[in-house]
Parts: sequence; structure tokens; C-alpha cells
Amino acid sequence: MNLNENHFQIFGVPAQFEVDVPALETRYHELQREVHPDRFASASEAEQRASMQLATRVNEAYQTLKSPLRRAGYLLQLHGVDPEFETNTAMPAEFLTDQMERRERLEDAVAAGDWQRLIALSGDLRVDQDSLFARIGRQLGALQWNEAAATLRQLKFLEKFGEDIGAAEERMDC
Amino acid sequence: MALLQISEPGQSPAPHEQRLAVGIDLGTTNSLVASVRNGIAVVLNDHEGNGLLPSIVRYFRDGRTAVGREAEREQARDPKNTIVSVKRFMGRGLKDVAHVENSPYDFVDSPGMVQLRTAAGVKSPVEVSAEILKALRARAEESLLGRAGGDLYGAVITVPAYFDDAQRQATKDAGKLAGLNVLRLLNEPTAAAIAYGLDNAAEGIYAVYDLGGGTFDISILKLSKGVFEVMATSGDAALGGDDFDQRLFCWVIERAKLAPLSAEDTRLLLVKSRAAKEFLTAHDEARILATLGSGESVDATVTRKEFQEMTRQLVAKTLAPTRKALRDARLGVADVKGVVMVGGATRMPHVQEAVAELFGQTPLTNLDPDKVVALGAAIQANALAGNRAPGDDWLLLDVIPLSLGIETMGGLVEKVIPRNSTLPVSRAQEFTTFRDGQTAMSVHVVQGERELVADCRSLGKFELHGIPPMAAGAARIRVTFQVDADGLLGVSARESTTGVQAAIAVKPSYGLSDAQITQMLKESLDHARDDVQLRLLKEQQVEGERMLEAVENALRDDADLVSAEEQRSVRAELDALRHTLSCTDHRTIKSAIERVNRATEPFAGRRMDRAVKRALAGRKVESL
Repeated sequence: MNLNENHFQIFGVPAQFEVDVPALETRYHELQREVHPDRFASASEAEQRASMQLATRVNEAYQTLKSPLRRAGYLLQLHGVDPEFETNTAMPAEFLTDQMERRERLEDAVAAGDWQRLIALSGDLRVDQDSLFARIGRQLGALQWNEAAATLRQLKFLEKFGEDIGAAEERMDC
Repeated sequence: MALLQISEPGQSPAPHEQRLAVGIDLGTTNSLVASVRNGIAVVLNDHEGNGLLPSIVRYFRDGRTAVGREAEREQARDPKNTIVSVKRFMGRGLKDVAHVENSPYDFVDSPGMVQLRTAAGVKSPVEVSAEILKALRARAEESLLGRAGGDLYGAVITVPAYFDDAQRQATKDAGKLAGLNVLRLLNEPTAAAIAYGLDNAAEGIYAVYDLGGGTFDISILKLSKGVFEVMATSGDAALGGDDFDQRLFCWVIERAKLAPLSAEDTRLLLVKSRAAKEFLTAHDEARILATLGSGESVDATVTRKEFQEMTRQLVAKTLAPTRKALRDARLGVADVKGVVMVGGATRMPHVQEAVAELFGQTPLTNLDPDKVVALGAAIQANALAGNRAPGDDWLLLDVIPLSLGIETMGGLVEKVIPRNSTLPVSRAQEFTTFRDGQTAMSVHVVQGERELVADCRSLGKFELHGIPPMAAGAARIRVTFQVDADGLLGVSARESTTGVQAAIAVKPSYGLSDAQITQMLKESLDHARDDVQLRLLKEQQVEGERMLEAVENALRDDADLVSAEEQRSVRAELDALRHTLSCTDHRTIKSAIERVNRATEPFAGRRMDRAVKRALAGRKVESL
């Protein structure tokens, strides 16, 4: 492993959207068993530094490959496609309408202090996310980079909404 | 609790080949030191057979100190000079400290960390903690080596998982000040999980609920095939058993309609309140009897029900972080296989009931909640010192508890490293200059989850110097934030258009520099027979020998990775180092060590590559 290898190469898996997550975890543990700073606590300073760099790199690669959202973004990046999260805000009208409705449901649930409705919202969100992940998997497999980038922007939108639900739960918990 | 079996008898290295390493639980109320002996982790006792050392330090006018039970006995008589619960002040400014009004101390507000004026002068919490660590170090050396001042290889010191960077840095500084080689700062709930998990061969998701004297932590861990992976951690760095004492203390004052108390009486009633709290764990009511300095007497009886009522809010305060940790781990209570209870305050029945209700299961209370953290730290120290037995290859993956961010325009925080990222972790960020010819800049680093700088904890400003002068906006300064396995932040910077790296110096505005530690060490040793130069020399000699051994082993194991020429130059540096070991100036040895480090850097990198290839190769064989 060297620091120029990409995340897929570090884990020795093909650079594609489909990954075997449990196998990824097993390999993650194997890699950390070799490079983690705890293995080098009584080694020379140079080895301790190298260990920290590699363990950091392995963590970064694992976190990216484990998350379908980050994995998809990373594949696009490897193919030189910018998902334009900041600049491209064009979304299908239907998607936007759904999101506005969703946001109203969240505000209502928070106003009513209704945990059940929050949980239902999270469940619905997960269903939508799963179907978009299936779509982006097909698009990436078919090398449709621009289409995949559009799906990724929607997924990013949903991810943000998920965080907002978490923040609302935290506020209601106090 | 059951003894912790670390390895098969006969498989661990012979005792004389083992390095002596200890685990230290530096607690708010009590501290302990433990070590692995013959494969079993044990708490080391003092001469009277006590494992717990009260975390109390008393300062005398002549500069002498008393630590532990001796200091505890006199605390109500000399409260200003007898420091209890100093952990609450570690890495904290005066405004962060709760209950200042009820504290008997003479606080001195100073930048970064509050200080205390005592009969022996102004002391920082780092110095007070170092006194406790010194007492534990002496106990360990006497117990393990039969004499004080022996060769202890190193120590793992535990910290609350929810401690921020400043609190961690302060703890590590205290360790160094006490003359300890700090192998690692280990999170308390994680230490407990190691002790529990290895002892019970546990697999699955576990929660560790750790309510200590002054801090609360909740950690969610996944235990699988010897890997302890922290999924999420949360807590409250200023909530613990002390707060329960405080509530009862206030109740007594109101009940007895007492006028404002003197420092002595405050301490007296706090001690009585704590005793009553502990008594209520196994009894339905407790009587608080005291005679104040004025001659006035206090006699109050509190029932368990009343006590539980007045502290219900405190228990509830632990449940919100617990739910938050579960959310962060994306898990529900049904996923949790067991809840491990740690910390003396978890003995209170209403705490156990609340935890049982939240998780829908009886928490695991078969461990000694006072000792389990020190035992886990001892196991980790033993492994870090290189005393692992063959096949004993458990691995710990911990996380950063609070997000790290930097201040941007308008007092807003931009998150750089999110909370619960697995350590070690790093993130780079690009900055540019604002003025023509600008050669320095400062980056304000904060820790916390809120969006405004004012709502987060300021870790201080890192100053970058030596930026090559250019037109405004032309320089590209790439600042890298690296959090190491101790959870400590390091910052490095590089100007990328010119590639100037070494010239850009980064220094934090908090924590102690090596020079400051040397100075403090010198001052503290003025009262001892020790000689600071001798001590520094000894440290460098140990470090030099450690280095020689590590590099010789590496050269032997991976000889094929070094060219003949490289081998020659490394050997030359090793020889040079070997010769300096008999020198009398520690700086000579230190610079020889640095030369060896530089000479072996490429070799170290290649060895790491090989280790990784081995991991991947092992995997391929398995999946055939």
C-alpha cells in the first residue's frame, strides 16, 4: 500500500458501486491490525509516524467505501466528474414537491412533540434513499456519469434531511 | 470480580523479559494503578492494602505535599490548601467551572486554565494531578520493582471519553510532569469494555454507562473477534457523583436554614452529604449530623425517596446523551446486548433503575465499578509495551468525541472533523492570505457541535509563521488537522505553490511546551532529593536504548528491505547513538536519537507497506 493508491486499491476490491460490506469490515480489521498506532507504541518514532499516516489513510478509505453515498461520490471523483453540490441546484419538480411536503411533516411533528411521527418520517426517508441507491448503482454500472451525479445530488439532499430529523430529535430530547 | 486471564499460562513472555507497564485511572474522587502480572490484571495496593487513592492533594507552607488518605483526613480543617476533585478543573477556564460559589478555593483566573492559590504558591490543575500520579507511580515502582525510582517502562492514563482536546492535553502534561512515559490516553468506558469483553469473551453491541465522581460518559461498542470498535460516544464532562452530593448539601442547608457557610463548614457538610448518599444505596434513610465552626449543630434525616426525588433531574441528564449516542451509532436499544455499568455513582439504585428502563434490560453490575477502568488500562498498557502473548492480538478502534472545527467569517464554525470519527483521523483545509506580503496567519480551532464559535469550546489559536511573501490571495496554505490515537490534535501547514513546508511553524496557544514542563519539573524537584538533569538524562538513555532495540529488530526482521548502502548509514547512526548513551548531557543523546529517526524514515515506510501487503495476502489465502 502506498499513499497514492485509491481507496478501492487499498482494500483490494474492484472500483465499483457494489461492495460486500461485511467483507469490507473484515478487511478493515485485518489492515488496522497491521498498521494501527497501538501496534507501534514501542517502535521507533519514524515507524510511529508512518503507522499513524497509514492508519489514518485506512480509516478514511473505509469510511468512504462503507457509506453508499460517499462511495458513489468517490467513484464519480475517480472518473473526473464533479457532482456540483454547491452550484447545481436544479432538481426535478416532483422531487422538490416531495421534499417540501416532508419538511412540513417534520415541522408539524416537532410542534406536536410527536415521536411516533418522527420515527415514521425516518422510515419513509430510508425507503426513498434505498430506491435512489438502487438507481445510482444502475447508473454507475452503465457509466452514465452525469445521470449518476444528478441522483447523487438528490441523495445528498435526503442525507441533509436525515440530519435535520436527528437534530429535531435531539432538541425534543432536552 | 473474576480475574482477567490474558494468556494461556506459559505462553506469555517470562517475567524478566517483560517491560513493566501500568494502567492508571486518574479519577475525580479516587485514583488507582493496576498492572498485568503473570497474565492477570491486578490493582496495586498501598501498604495498608487499599487499592483506591483518594484524589486529594494537600499543600503545606514549606512546599511539602500530602496525597490521598492523609490529605483526606484534614480536608475540613484546611480546605483552601486541600484540593479535591481537581479533575473538574483540568483544561478549564474559571467560567467553565461549576459550583465556584461553593468551592473553598482561592481561584486565580489565568489564560487557558484556572489556577489555585495555596500555601505553597499558585498551582495549576496539571501540577495537582501530577502529585496524584507521582504517588501512584511510587506505589507501582515499589510494588513491581521492590524499590522507588525503578524502571517503569510506561503508563496508560485513562480520561473520560467526553474530554475535549484541552482536557486531554492537560492530562498528558500531568503524566509527563510526574515523570511517566505516557504510552496512551485511553477513554474510560473503552478501558472498561476491554476488561469486560476479554474477561467474558463478549461478542455483539455493548453500551458502557460510566458515571464517575465528576464526569459522565456513554459509549456504544461493537465487539467482534477481538476487535473493540467504538461506534459512538457521548456524555457530559461536568456531571457526576459530586453533583448528587451537591444537591443533598443544598437540601441540608435549606432544611436547617443555615446562613452562608465558611469554607471549613462547606467542606464538612459536603463530606457528610457524600457519606449519606453512599449510605442510602443500601438503606432507606440516612442521618446527617454535624457541628459547625460556630458551635451550631445540624441534624437532618433524609429518606431514600427524598434523595431520589431531589436528584431525579441529574439522572435524567444522563439519558439524553445515551439516546444521542445510540442515534449516532444508528442503533436502537434492541440492538444492545448488554449494558456495562462503570463508576462508583452507578451503585445508586435509581441510576440502575433508569438505565434498566431505557434499555429494557438489567444492566451488568457484576464488575467492581471502581476498579474495572484501571484493569482495562493495565491490559492496554501491557499490550502497548510489547508484552503481548502469541495469539493475543485484540485491537481497539476508538473515536473522537466532539467535532473539531475552525472559525470562519462572522463567527461561524466550519466542521473539519466530525464527532465519532475513528482515530487516527486527519483532514486538510486550504487557506489563503488576505494582504500582500502577509507571512503569518492564525487559525482558530474550536471543539463542539454548535454552529456559532461562541457556543463551542475554544481550543485556541494556531499560529502559522514563515509563509513566503506573495500577493494577497496568491498563497495556497494547506493546513492539515491530524488527531492521533490519544485523541490529541496536531496541526501542520504547507504552502503549496512554493512547496515550503518546514518553514511554516505551527504552535498551539494552549498545552505546555517541553520547556515549560522542564521548568515545572525543576521547580517541583527543588523540594526533592532528585536531580532534574539526572532524571532527564535517565529518560533519554531509556529512550535511546528503546530506539536501538526497535531498529535492530526491524533490521533483522526485514533485512531484504534495506540496500547495503542504506544499511551502512543506518548502522553508523546506531553506533553513534550507542556511544552517546554513556554521555552525561541528555541533549547529546536526544539529537542522536533524532538522527536515527531521520535515517530510518524511508525504511520504516517500506516496513509498513510490507505489513499491509501481509494483511491483504492473509485475506486472499483465507478466501481461497
